[in-house]
Amino acid sequence: MIWNDEFETLPREVIESLQVKRLRQTLERVNATVPFYREQFRKAGVTPEQIKSLDDLRRLPFTLKQDMRDNYPYGLFAVPLEQIVRIHASSGTTGKPTVVGYTRRDIDTWSELMARSFVAAGAHKGDVIHNAYGYGLFTGGLGAHYGAERLGASVIPMSGGNTMKQLMIMQDFGSTVLTCTPSYSLYLAEVAAEEGIDFKALKLKVGIFGAEPWSEQMRKEIEEKLNLKAIDIYGLSEILGPGVAIECIEAQKGLHIWEDHFIPEIIDPDSGEVLPWGEQGELVITTITKEGIPMIRYRTRDITRIIPEPCICGRTHVRLERMSGRSDDMLIIRGVNVFPSQIESVLITIEGVEPHYQLIVDREENLDTLEVQVEVNEQSFSDEIKVLQGLSNRIRKEIKDMLGVTCKVRLVEPKTIARSEGKAKRVIDKRKEQ
Amino acid sequence: MKVEQISIFIENKSGRLAEVTRVLGEAGVNIRALSLADTSDFGILRLIVNKTDEAKAVLKSKGFTVNKTDVVAVEVPDRPLGLNSILEILDQGKVNVEYMYAFVERCGENAVIIFRFDNTDEAIQVLTQGGITILKGERIYNM
Repeated sequence: MIWNDEFETLPREVIESLQVKRLRQTLERVNATVPFYREQFRKAGVTPEQIKSLDDLRRLPFTLKQDMRDNYPYGLFAVPLEQIVRIHASSGTTGKPTVVGYTRRDIDTWSELMARSFVAAGAHKGDVIHNAYGYGLFTGGLGAHYGAERLGASVIPMSGGNTMKQLMIMQDFGSTVLTCTPSYSLYLAEVAAEEGIDFKALKLKVGIFGAEPWSEQMRKEIEEKLNLKAIDIYGLSEILGPGVAIECIEAQKGLHIWEDHFIPEIIDPDSGEVLPWGEQGELVITTITKEGIPMIRYRTRDITRIIPEPCICGRTHVRLERMSGRSDDMLIIRGVNVFPSQIESVLITIEGVEPHYQLIVDREENLDTLEVQVEVNEQSFSDEIKVLQGLSNRIRKEIKDMLGVTCKVRLVEPKTIARSEGKAKRVIDKRKEQ
Repeated sequence: MKVEQISIFIENKSGRLAEVTRVLGEAGVNIRALSLADTSDFGILRLIVNKTDEAKAVLKSKGFTVNKTDVVAVEVPDRPLGLNSILEILDQGKVNVEYMYAFVERCGENAVIIFRFDNTDEAIQVLTQGGITILKGERIYNM
């Protein structure tokens, strides 16, 4: 099934001419209304009129997450605040979040794209959509909610947490579609098993999982334990929120990115050079219909490749391969954004702790775990166990207090954390290897 | 009256202990007494050796975290209640023991207990007043 037959199956040449037309409109608009972009274009020596084809896109400078922080909170908005009907923000727990604003039409577009995504995932009008993405500043909850309503399904606005109640509602309300993070789905399965609830007796048929990296192995586990089809959804608040790209249930291979609203590019993350379709690199997205906060060549930091081959589902929009990682270090641990630099700033305040540390992120019993490895030095070392345990307890508590994340602290021998010439390898994310 | 002890931080992974003893052996350092305290992630190896400063220096040069602390060595008659008499004295003197370990002297009738106190000087005073023999460092290093 396809939600919007006309747009989802446009021939390639029509998609491309539509993209060029919408891109030029977007560029003219941001050039006129967003001083940041005007300045960017001026510095790059390029004017919107010079962008005449998709190939010309590479002449434009990138937009980075830092640019959003520098223009906090409303600096990148392209319309006056009176036209903004919704504001979301990234879940940054310390420091400034990144703020995005939506016009009424943006909300409409988002609802449309989420409705397309639901249908691509195999949901229909008449489904009971159990939405366990968090409602709030985070885009997940409301994004999925509006899409479900647009589809005409019955949406249960569960939000996250309260697992027992989630299971009860799933049973009693006959939920047929589950939307949540992949790790939470496995946690639901675990609690259900403890409570003697059999997913085979539930009506769930599809789960739409996103907002954190997951793997094929995890898909198998989820499908087995929850007795449903697990679909990968991709989105980021800077671009829209959930519904930027989604797998179709027909292929379950690669995520269709809605090309009538976004232009994807793949670049070499080091040189910034555009790579041909099919090659792996960092995903860069330009929004071409967004009004509130258009993004020109936004570097997502997500590593993927474009799959140009036609898909069996009939959609003509290209697919993105399942994200294999983030090129920058932001971690999402149990739904909380954690930057290694935040952990670093906690460690720096603790006497006797070396500035060398490593974060090991893993998934144990379906929940994200964070291990902070810290080198012991002569100053912090003691011949008494209780002193060292006191040190690790203190580090754990300060990280919990500052970032809201529970971690395990492992003290390691000096010089055992690999040093690197350039950017230190601070994070080992084992979730991606699962 | 005090004995110098070195402690070494050891991650809980195979071969680390052997690495310490190899480094010390190659430097001609002889281990007199040892104890290993362990947690699930790491251990602390405490050693009394014949050449404390050399041992510390050579371990440090090999990248180990080492520190030096003062402990007290006490001679205990190798018979029932031998250790108890000392602990009673410490208890009455309200001295806290952080940890302790023991070994039996070669061809001797006595055992040697190594104590780590939170307040070493006070502990020495209490033990001395209680008539307990405290061994000099040299005696242990050259055993």
